[in-house]
Amino acid sequence: MDVFLQTLVAGVLKGGLYALIGIGMTLIMGVMGIINLAHGQLMMLAMYVTFVLNTMGVDPYFSLFIAMPILFLLGVSIQKFLLNPLIKADTILPENQVLMTVGIGMVLTEIVRFIFSSDYKYITSSYSNQTFFLGNISFSVALTIAFGIAIAFTVAMFFFLIKTDLGRSIRATAQDKDAATLMGVNTGRITVITFGLGSGLVAAAGCLLAPVYYIFPDLGGPFTAKAFIITILGGLGSTVGAIFGGVTLGLAESMGATYFGMEYEDIIGLTIFVLVLLFLPGGFKRLTKV
Amino acid sequence: MAYFQIDRLVKYFGGLAAVNGVSFTVGKGEIFGLIGPNGSGKTTTFNMISGYHRPTSGRVLFQGREIHRLPTHKICHLGIGRTFQVVKPLGRMTVLDNVIAAAYSRVSTHHKAKEEALKAIDFCGLMPVKDILAKALPIAGRKRLEITRAMATRPELLLLDETAAGLNPSELVEAIDLIQKIRASGTTIIIIEHIMHVIMTISDRIHAINFGQTIAEGTPKEVAANQAVIEAYLGTDYA
Amino acid sequence: MKKNLAPLVVVALVACLPLLLKDNYYLHLMILFLMWVVIGSAWNLIAGYTGQVSFGDAAFFGCGAYTAGLLATHLGVSTWWGLAFGGFTAIAVGLPFGWICFRMRGAYFALATLALNEVLRHGATIAEDFTGGMVGILIMPSFASKIPYYYIALAMAVASLASLQWVVHSKPGYYFVSIREDQDAAESLGINTHLYKMLSLAYAAFWTGMAGALYMNYMGFIDPNVVFNLHDISIMAILVGIVGGVGTVYGPAVGAFVMVAVQELFRSGFFGLFKWLGAVSGSDSLVHVAEVLTQAHVLGFGLLVVVVILVLPNGIVGDWPKIRKSMFRLGAGN
Repeated sequence: MDVFLQTLVAGVLKGGLYALIGIGMTLIMGVMGIINLAHGQLMMLAMYVTFVLNTMGVDPYFSLFIAMPILFLLGVSIQKFLLNPLIKADTILPENQVLMTVGIGMVLTEIVRFIFSSDYKYITSSYSNQTFFLGNISFSVALTIAFGIAIAFTVAMFFFLIKTDLGRSIRATAQDKDAATLMGVNTGRITVITFGLGSGLVAAAGCLLAPVYYIFPDLGGPFTAKAFIITILGGLGSTVGAIFGGVTLGLAESMGATYFGMEYEDIIGLTIFVLVLLFLPGGFKRLTKV
Repeated sequence: MAYFQIDRLVKYFGGLAAVNGVSFTVGKGEIFGLIGPNGSGKTTTFNMISGYHRPTSGRVLFQGREIHRLPTHKICHLGIGRTFQVVKPLGRMTVLDNVIAAAYSRVSTHHKAKEEALKAIDFCGLMPVKDILAKALPIAGRKRLEITRAMATRPELLLLDETAAGLNPSELVEAIDLIQKIRASGTTIIIIEHIMHVIMTISDRIHAINFGQTIAEGTPKEVAANQAVIEAYLGTDYA
Repeated sequence: MKKNLAPLVVVALVACLPLLLKDNYYLHLMILFLMWVVIGSAWNLIAGYTGQVSFGDAAFFGCGAYTAGLLATHLGVSTWWGLAFGGFTAIAVGLPFGWICFRMRGAYFALATLALNEVLRHGATIAEDFTGGMVGILIMPSFASKIPYYYIALAMAVASLASLQWVVHSKPGYYFVSIREDQDAAESLGINTHLYKMLSLAYAAFWTGMAGALYMNYMGFIDPNVVFNLHDISIMAILVGIVGGVGTVYGPAVGAFVMVAVQELFRSGFFGLFKWLGAVSGSDSLVHVAEVLTQAHVLGFGLLVVVVILVLPNGIVGDWPKIRKSMFRLGAGN
């Protein structure tokens, strides 16, 4: 029983962090309809920023305030200069945007590798290894803080999208770009801001993850994959869906690792992905209409 | 046995009934009109006939055979063709290639398909533009291409969905001529139309629906004089 | 008639190359190029012509490669049988793959193919008893010289281009493009879109699988990370198609040449040019540039992808009129 509870706790805590990764991507996919295959790489970048700041003595949680704006600006630039121009191009296949993100991801990974080499890097902080106990179950301090902050961000995003003008503009653009333009929404600006927001959010996830994970240039790929699974599980554009998707994936990976073995972690996520695509194409959102 | 019949067709989207118990029969060689305000369920009915939507309940019968559970391409092979309200040209193919693709449903060699395609193009008056890319055609040309493509599949029954919308007066005259030519060649036609002038002129009988239900059926004169129809169309000109 | 001669001339030139070029290094590059012609053309049919952009073609490549390899390790027969059966194994795997993925459209379809690619990769790694897992499969190559492989690859490349040419001008060719342009309209014209999408997938799977089998025979070693690789195979196939020009018969051939050349260009520091320049001029910084280029070759490749997509969205063959115009402008400016 204890093993089960421990696995459950580990899965849910991880899930909160995953939710944060997923929200950024679900926004981007929901609003622009493009698959951002560089999402994990953006997170990786934020983790390196945290690492660098850490060597200068900055606390990883404080790095949030630095990494998020940096990645926001990077996201804005990418959308404005590299992705928006592609929308107008008349090509046979619309997938050029996706491939562009692949190229961007490659470039980001290689630039980082060039500067930092492929060695695994670590962040040492006071809470990296700390745990606290509730009964027999151990909670990683770092992951619990991360969970809390992730949920806070998620809730904030939720209210932002529902209550603010900008949030409403984003949702309008996501539902129907042309209609939104006709209603006076500057959809060009919205797509740029949305990509920036998505990047900022995944940067936050990176900062939160940095104290408990090793940092290396190639970690982008697997995390991009996780972001997709979460997005598809939760439904495009749904913040609540991202929470659901994140926690589900976290739990599945946790259970899989405990009861089947570590090597099954990735394949479980992928299997869920395919099953959801097959049987619940709209994701969790379909079930609840949020 | 009616030539073509829909029997108490119902289609729900979520909680909304787009079509709620519509029935009518069409005789061979008729031009049968389907009218109603926007959103009354006309195109949904067409979609159910041609297999794009499965009816929630009800049947579609063609020459006595139930077809409402068949996939769209099989329905085409059975002899029912359709045009789309929002035109769907195969944009990056030429007009000729568009029609050849359609002709392949009846013949199997390129030579024969081209022959059939040219026949259909000639019949529908698109010869001057046969080598132009479909996406370069203006709206009148695209509407005509829809009809030409459908004709190349040698339909016995043709469903025309608002083929006259967006045409100027002279284009309208040509469209009416073409439709009558098609009927004269032996094809039965069911036509959805908003432009009263067109549908009143060419239809043998008209069926009017509103909010997914039948409100009148009869000759054009009878339907035009029907109180419910006039109310549903309050404000629309009868030209 | 003139148009039809050019490809034949190119084929003749390529066929004569080994007689003139004895350097194994360049022969190797040419073999890779020919292999990518096959893979790129196959992807072109399902994506460029039918409009189903697959992000998982490595699944087919890997199937073909493993068919060849496993025939040797489990049945003790020559891996060359893989060329005969690799294509069919790939189709066998491809059909359920397609049945799952074709229920979705657009972005979802692409993601689904990507996911299935990864499922196969992880699966091959986990199924150690069957596939050898991460250890992979190692065989003795049949030929010591590269020349037989060269001609086999050339034959495959020519065959794949010829078959593409034939398909594109036939009834299925019309049907594929109709599906790409408007799937609903295609259905209304009597096209069984589901069947034809599966056919296009079977075609792609067959040729890509054969290429995988060739790879097993030629390289002598495979493992899941090499042959089911998302970036090096699936995405490379897409790049070959897009850079050359989708929806054209010869686009991927051009794309294959460019991509293989550029990849090698960066990896070798412009084929050792900078190193040589540095040695000749005694300039340390030039040698340093050469080293940097080699280290950063993937970066260069990534930058190239970004630039090409921005500047030539329809590929070299697709945007050829645009390229010609800008070349004239450059010439006229002088």
